Amino acid sequence: MTGLVGAVAQVVVVAVGSPLLVGLMRKIRARLEGRVGAGVLQTWRDLRKLCRKEAISPHGTGWVFRMAPLVLAGTALVVASVVPLVTTQSPMDGVADLFAVAALLALGSVALALGGLDTGTAFGGMGASREVTLLALVEPTILLSVFALSVRVGSTNLGEIVTAAVHDPMAVISPVSLLAAVALGVVTIAETGRIPVDNPSTHLELTMIHEAMVLEYAGPDLALIEWASGMRLFVLLGLLAGLFAPWGIATAGAGPVAVVLALVVLVFKVAVLGAGLAAGEVFMAKLRLFRIPELLAGSFMLALLAVAASYFLA
Amino acid sequence: MISLLRKMRKTGRVAEPAPEPAAGDTVPAAAELGGSVQIRHIDAGSCNGCEVEIASAFGPVYDAERYGARLVASPRHADALLVTGPVTRNMEVALRRTHEAVPEPRLVIALGDCARDCGVFAGAYGVAGAVKDVLPVDAEVPGCPPKPEAIVEALRGLTGR
Amino acid sequence: MNAAGASLLSALGLCLVSALAGATAPRRVRPLLAGLGTACAGAAAAAAGVAALAGQSWSAWLPGVLPLAGARLALDPLGGMFVAVTGAVAVCAAVYGIGYAKHGVDGRVTQATLPLFLGAMLLVPVAASVSTLLVAWELMAVTSLLLVLAEHARRPAVAEAGLWYAVMTHLGFAAIVAGMAGFAAGAAGESFEQLRAATLSPAVRDAVFVATLAGFASKAGIVPLHVWLARAHPEAPSPVSALMSAAMVNMGVYGIVRVGLDLLRGGPSWWWLVVLAMGALSALFGILQAAVASDLKRLLGYSTTENMGLVLIGVGAAGFFASCGDKELAGLALVAALLHVVNHAGFKTLLFLAAGSVLRATGTRDLDALGGLRGRMPYTTALFAVGALAASALPPGNGFVSEWLLLQSLIHALPTSGVAGAVTMPPAVGVIALSAGLAIATFVKAFGVGFLARARTPAAGRAAESPPTMICGMALAAACCVALALAPAAVLPALSHLVAVLLPGHEAVGGVVTLRLADVQGTMSPLLIAAALAVAAALLLGSVRLVARRARRPARLWDCGAGPMTPRMEYTATSFAEPLQRVFDNVLAPESDLAVTPTKESAYLVESIHYRARIPDRIERRLYDPVLAAAASIGRGATRLANGSIHRYLAYGFYALTGVLLVLAVVW
Repeated sequence: MTGLVGAVAQVVVVAVGSPLLVGLMRKIRARLEGRVGAGVLQTWRDLRKLCRKEAISPHGTGWVFRMAPLVLAGTALVVASVVPLVTTQSPMDGVADLFAVAALLALGSVALALGGLDTGTAFGGMGASREVTLLALVEPTILLSVFALSVRVGSTNLGEIVTAAVHDPMAVISPVSLLAAVALGVVTIAETGRIPVDNPSTHLELTMIHEAMVLEYAGPDLALIEWASGMRLFVLLGLLAGLFAPWGIATAGAGPVAVVLALVVLVFKVAVLGAGLAAGEVFMAKLRLFRIPELLAGSFMLALLAVAASYFLA
Repeated sequence: MISLLRKMRKTGRVAEPAPEPAAGDTVPAAAELGGSVQIRHIDAGSCNGCEVEIASAFGPVYDAERYGARLVASPRHADALLVTGPVTRNMEVALRRTHEAVPEPRLVIALGDCARDCGVFAGAYGVAGAVKDVLPVDAEVPGCPPKPEAIVEALRGLTGR
Repeated sequence: MNAAGASLLSALGLCLVSALAGATAPRRVRPLLAGLGTACAGAAAAAAGVAALAGQSWSAWLPGVLPLAGARLALDPLGGMFVAVTGAVAVCAAVYGIGYAKHGVDGRVTQATLPLFLGAMLLVPVAASVSTLLVAWELMAVTSLLLVLAEHARRPAVAEAGLWYAVMTHLGFAAIVAGMAGFAAGAAGESFEQLRAATLSPAVRDAVFVATLAGFASKAGIVPLHVWLARAHPEAPSPVSALMSAAMVNMGVYGIVRVGLDLLRGGPSWWWLVVLAMGALSALFGILQAAVASDLKRLLGYSTTENMGLVLIGVGAAGFFASCGDKELAGLALVAALLHVVNHAGFKTLLFLAAGSVLRATGTRDLDALGGLRGRMPYTTALFAVGALAASALPPGNGFVSEWLLLQSLIHALPTSGVAGAVTMPPAVGVIALSAGLAIATFVKAFGVGFLARARTPAAGRAAESPPTMICGMALAAACCVALALAPAAVLPALSHLVAVLLPGHEAVGGVVTLRLADVQGTMSPLLIAAALAVAAALLLGSVRLVARRARRPARLWDCGAGPMTPRMEYTATSFAEPLQRVFDNVLAPESDLAVTPTKESAYLVESIHYRARIPDRIERRLYDPVLAAAASIGRGATRLANGSIHRYLAYGFYALTGVLLVLAVVW
């Protein structure tokens, strides 16, 4: 029962909290740049306003363009219900493992890329092309990191990986974990389109990846996309925290108090990670597009090392 | 990186304290936006003086973003068009099309004297007219170029904050 | 005779009847009669295969059919699976073919050969002796060659593709003949039962396995023996492409499994590591070439190489685990490989048939010239989307299920398979992941550029939807894909059972809604994932409708306020793949020529610029071209010996005779 409550709670927290996370990150960037910033609630104001505006179907677009935001946000919601952010006892836990989560996130990106291609504009195609290129290069790192993490537990089910980590906290600071953590960290940055892979606040179309695909979306469609991007960021940061700092997550047999505590801890962990990410971005410039594969190849090597370490150090 | 960090600590907050909002300056059509105004800037024939001032308004000192205004990359994402310069003949159609591309509710701000009444370019052979001759204007910011404070105040009239 | 045997014989009989109808019926009803007959034959074969999977076995010895040994046929679960897949593919392709035939393939030869090709493909997995297998194999090669050449009069590329195919398939056949003949000689008998019972020396076993592996891998389009595939599959008529790419290549996998795991009863781990390495190389090379291809059918052909590579990774891993003594994991890997054969057959049939519809409607396979088909060919577009989702191994597609099983079998290998496993499994997982990622890029390109946005050429803008029979054929394949995606449990027990017979052990995968792995921890539910996605999307749609205040409005595309954007401004398949091409520049080695023609007046004024870029198959360039060039130069050198002078030929005769006499004089 607490499993179901925890699962619902984590979906709600992700849905409500992700715009706040984006707002927090913007606020921190603003402060580090000497500005004041718009406040943590601003992203919610933006979303509210976008929902009131009209949606636009540009001439020549069809059902793919219209469905893409729904699929993107739908995959983000499903992932939010599967990943053990608050509880490892989610009724969805057996439905999708870490491979399936990676594939669902990829499905969301694919939907958006097709939406960008459906417009037939040069920028839509360009964004889609770059997005799927990065997606293809990110995939090996994700799956190898999954491999490394699953060796110790003997399963790719997220609930079991996290439960094992909760019960054996020292394993978290093993070389396997550290290498996999760095690799997955790079992947998270690439998947969520943050600096140095992509600049979410750029206005220059030629440097865009994610933004170029959504240039044609307006109103509620755009609100769904922005919200889904926030949820993906929240879920990935939460997953990273859950895999490598699982303390506080409610495991089997936990009571309602543990679930509430887990919620608080989750919010804290994600806020800290988000703040760190935002602060780190201030010190970095975006990489050239064709330097990004080198970064991803580096993270792939780390993941490979993690797998090797998991065997030879076991 | 360390030096950048030190500089950040030493500089601290650059933004000036927010002045009291001027009463009675709000645009009624903007009420529906609820404190969030995304802006697409269009140079319809400006001398780029206004652009320099817009950059200042969104820079660290005046920090227009704290009032809920933000510049965006596509008119589809925008609520308001920030038009500078007299509307030249070459930009007239483009300006109309950009306005058409903005989803409702949409606002138009004419920024600077040229945008309001063509300024020094009035009557020039390449000028089609002021912004209000081409599009319905919801707010105007006088000045040549307008001060960043004036721009920020006009934007606050839109966001209501 | 039981139901399995009866259905199989009626399928073979229907093939002959349809061939007769194709050869004799008047042109007006020929496609209908031959197509319906072939579809019925396919359905009967599918029924026979399903019956065999369910446990019915059947065998026959027909002494008069082949000289000396007679033909031996036997239907067991392994063969039954391939019979069922072939039959199901044939039903879709034959129904589709009724409408497609008007596109210039309603000639007598083509219409009569297609059922024969099906019959040959059905005979291969039921052949139970070496001679029967070889005859069926050669029959399959010859009939498919005739079908590849169906359009040779219209395009010169067809003849070249046919030549490549003929040579490669016969080299492969020679390897299989050598391997199987050696096997039969060592076993003192040529029926499969005698082969199973044989005890051979390790060296002979190695030789048999390597020779047959080379032959079967060439049929499966495995790198570096894949060069015929990317030529022949695009040039064949589309229903034939579907049959070849979804059914015929499977016979290579069947051969490897049959010989390696069944007749030879497994072998040393290096055999299987070779299989795994070939599979990994094929998966990566195939999908990389597909990712940068702009010819739709060539792209699909290379994707076949990729998918057969993934299957071989599973087969190799299964053999490897079995040689390490881990029967459970071996069973899981083999189930994953066989499920991927089934899934690949489903979505590749669908994709090739849809590509054929596009080709029929627009006259081109070039993605750079397509686009905007969404509005004019709505059914084909939706059906291609189903196939593309499956081929990119994303949930809720069927390709995802088998790749998930494959990954599960590989990542659980570390504790038991020793250092060899620890060294090979991580790169294998990396290869599968990269090929999955590149498959996503490939099929986003194929669907997004080929079907969405606006037409890039007038021909694409005039496209019209295909006739109902073609849509029906595609819809059948799509229904199979959807069923396999949502309820893999419908086929998994049968596959687990067949694998449990092949590699003695218990069934590897269980569960109905949620798949549960028997011996390692792992659960996943394709049905619930799909349901969760549908519920989430519906919830979102409802809540957006609830909060939205304004209706959706059509508007011009945002063209920066400038004039309307022409189709030339759209991204093309080539430009879409350009970042990938740059990233993998060293592997792909693209070629480009730039010719600048200055005007007559001044060398500094340019009159025209010709830019030509192409991405050749690098293995063909490096491995085959030198051999072909050497053969050609030897041939040219030999022409100097035979210059047409009768005196010279008489002299050759004289010198040869003298030489022989001298040798005899010395030796005797």
